[in-house]
Amino acid sequence: MKLAAVILLLMGVVACGDDNDGGPVAITLVAYDSFPKDGTPLNEALQTFTDDTGISVDIVTAGDTGTMVSKAVLTAGNPEGDVMWGVDNTFLSAATDGQIFDGNPSPVNFGDVCVNYDIAWFTDEGIEPPDTLEDLLRPEYRDLLVVENPSTSSPGLAFLLATIDEFGDDGWQQYWTELRANGVEVVDSWDSAYYERFSGAAGSAGDRPLVVSYGSSPPAEVVFADPPVDTAPTSVADQTCFRQEEYAGVLRGSKHPDEARQLVQFLLSEPFQREMPLTLFVYPVSDNVPLPDVFTKYAVISNNPHTMDPDRIAANRQQWQDQWNEIVLR
Amino acid sequence: MPALAALPVIALALFYAWPLVTLFARVVGPASVADTLRAPGLPRVLWFTLWQALVSTALTLVLGFAPAYVLARYHFPGRRAVLAIATVPFMLPTVVVGAAFLALLPRSWHGTAGAVIVAHVFFNIAVMVRLVGAMWAVLPTDLTAAARTLGASPTKVLRHVVLPVLRPALWAAASVVFLFTFTSFGVVKLLGGAAHPTLEVEIARRATQLGDIDGAAVLSVLQLLVLAVVIWWSARWQRRARVALHGDAATRRPRSAAQRRGVTAVVAVTAVAMLAPVVVLVTRSFRLGGVWSLAAWRTLGDDEVRPGVSLGIDPLGSLATSLRYAVAATAISVVLGGAAALAIGAARRHGRLLDVGLMLPLGTSAVTIGLGMLITFDRPPFDWRASWWLVPLGHALVATPFVVRSLVPVLRSFPADQRAAAITLGASPLRAWWEVEVRRLARPLAAGAGFAAAISLGEFGATTFLTRAGTESMPIAIDRLLGRAGEVPRAQGFAMATVLMVVTAVIIMATEAVHARRS
Repeated sequence: MKLAAVILLLMGVVACGDDNDGGPVAITLVAYDSFPKDGTPLNEALQTFTDDTGISVDIVTAGDTGTMVSKAVLTAGNPEGDVMWGVDNTFLSAATDGQIFDGNPSPVNFGDVCVNYDIAWFTDEGIEPPDTLEDLLRPEYRDLLVVENPSTSSPGLAFLLATIDEFGDDGWQQYWTELRANGVEVVDSWDSAYYERFSGAAGSAGDRPLVVSYGSSPPAEVVFADPPVDTAPTSVADQTCFRQEEYAGVLRGSKHPDEARQLVQFLLSEPFQREMPLTLFVYPVSDNVPLPDVFTKYAVISNNPHTMDPDRIAANRQQWQDQWNEIVLR
Repeated sequence: MPALAALPVIALALFYAWPLVTLFARVVGPASVADTLRAPGLPRVLWFTLWQALVSTALTLVLGFAPAYVLARYHFPGRRAVLAIATVPFMLPTVVVGAAFLALLPRSWHGTAGAVIVAHVFFNIAVMVRLVGAMWAVLPTDLTAAARTLGASPTKVLRHVVLPVLRPALWAAASVVFLFTFTSFGVVKLLGGAAHPTLEVEIARRATQLGDIDGAAVLSVLQLLVLAVVIWWSARWQRRARVALHGDAATRRPRSAAQRRGVTAVVAVTAVAMLAPVVVLVTRSFRLGGVWSLAAWRTLGDDEVRPGVSLGIDPLGSLATSLRYAVAATAISVVLGGAAALAIGAARRHGRLLDVGLMLPLGTSAVTIGLGMLITFDRPPFDWRASWWLVPLGHALVATPFVVRSLVPVLRSFPADQRAAAITLGASPLRAWWEVEVRRLARPLAAGAGFAAAISLGEFGATTFLTRAGTESMPIAIDRLLGRAGEVPRAQGFAMATVLMVVTAVIIMATEAVHARRS
């Protein structure tokens, strides 16, 4: 017992030793997994914030977006950090209902989830690639599409929401019944869909030339190709897109609310926003921020994307997912 | 000796029971229980979880029998390598094994229960080879020889001599495999597709995608109740079936031509089956744009994929992080497991309670433990949410039962009168205890430590739910690399998986070498 008591005591001492008092302020930015912790231009930009203000920023990653929001709701009022990055519009209502933010969060980037197609496959077969959601029901696209399960994958959910927006509360179930009859394949995660089933990704083993992915997947194919390539092997059906927006805000209960607000301001400023495309493969929120060539050339941003009110998403998400399960997986 | 039990009991209470009870107390109530248990999809989830676990366990026992026998009883060149090959899959991150199986299995198998079961068997053959093999290795040769001399047929020897001796180990293996397959998460997600969720997958979906933490907690309690019953029941059987063994056991070279053929066949089939997914992974790290390339390996140390573009994933840095976690987790689990094993060995009756208690973290949803820690360790003096050591501690909770498992059978085999004899001959009680018991534990302790290190290296579930402030561990870096668009990151992910496999294999073989030298 004594030994255990000593260990407990030591742990307490170590834990207390971490608290800093006085000196430069350190605040914590909570983000989803794919937010880079160091080594990218995004992190260099954050360093300039520290240099200018004396506020240092620790990054803590908290799982995928859904996990991050669940954790934040559980710890609302006594948060894990000071600022949260990356709550998207499908989780925004859960976050605001859970009262995790101090004030309203601001949009920090956006991007589209769209049907991507394998250019070479359609050229070889002499078939026009699809444009719209309606097109995907046509017989020439039978057994060609692979999508993600909306219960387990964020692009999968975005695509389901696109179809609900397009066909309405009364029509989307019929659409999915027909899509199923036309041989849509469902997998659990984006990487299984894109790399195991889709034929267009470099190095993919797949044989389906249509996949639900991101509007920025084609430039990623160019940027991350080895040896280098000049043209993207994939493109996007731009009438099938759903707009995903991400938000950042000060967490309620932050011990450094003023510094946290300063950081949110910086996240919205040009020096940080210009790193959005090539680090996170999303678009900056401000029109004034220049885009890299590879983005203007290969990325598709839909002029008329599908969207949905976050409250409507939050109110119906589970019901829609359950209905979708009944229609598509049974 | 009860003093020794204090350490594991306190660790278990503080880092396992307290967070879990805090979470359950916060969210589980009559309304959430009623809502969750009435959910229309639940019976289907429960049924699939149960039958796939039963089938996976039965198949693992049947298919693992021959390799366990051959590796335990025969001596042949490359034996240690084959042992390591058979063990490595067990340690691999599920995301990696999942990717390998997707590449290997025919398309029509994707998203089927069959794919899940095949992968489960692949994973768990190691449990058979380890647990049942260990028992088989000490089965005295004269026992079977005597039975044969007295006219028993080989099947009779198997039924009346070999199986009774192996029964406790078979029960242990069956319960471990059942535990793992019942709570399976990564494999089911990757291979089972959307139509085959297990309870663990459903818990994670509710907690992370639907924000339904109440429901997730209720299902965790349900899962825990099922597994507590299984663990308790199997521990009882393991004790009842225990047989005292006296005599010599030795591995021998296969003698007759028939034996040589049999051993060769079993070893070849095992090695090929275990290596095929591994070879796929290694190959993929060298394939870029449909041609052979070293690009993924060349860029491994550099997180800049090309000038100005970086993913912010530092593959080699994650190796260092993983090794650091593994060292810490191994140290913690050796201390906890060592103390627990000595206490269990000494206090025979209450020992079982501790033994079962230590197994529980294995059967508890990682999401639930992670969320529980989050709301428990959030205020001074327990404000540990952002502490890096929570991660190796989580690993150690999972690894400790394996350390206990490798120590307890050896401890129980010590004749009780030896220590008394040593004391009679003038040794102090402490000295007698040290000389008679502790020193002999070095060998099983090395095996347990190797196992713990490998578990920490491959652990994926709990780690993803604990806050991560530093660089990520290797399984998480691999998962992130495989989850990015673009070819180079993907090939890098497979290169990292290769590195992880090699490190794990080296650790396993090193602990085997300790075995060999000391015996």
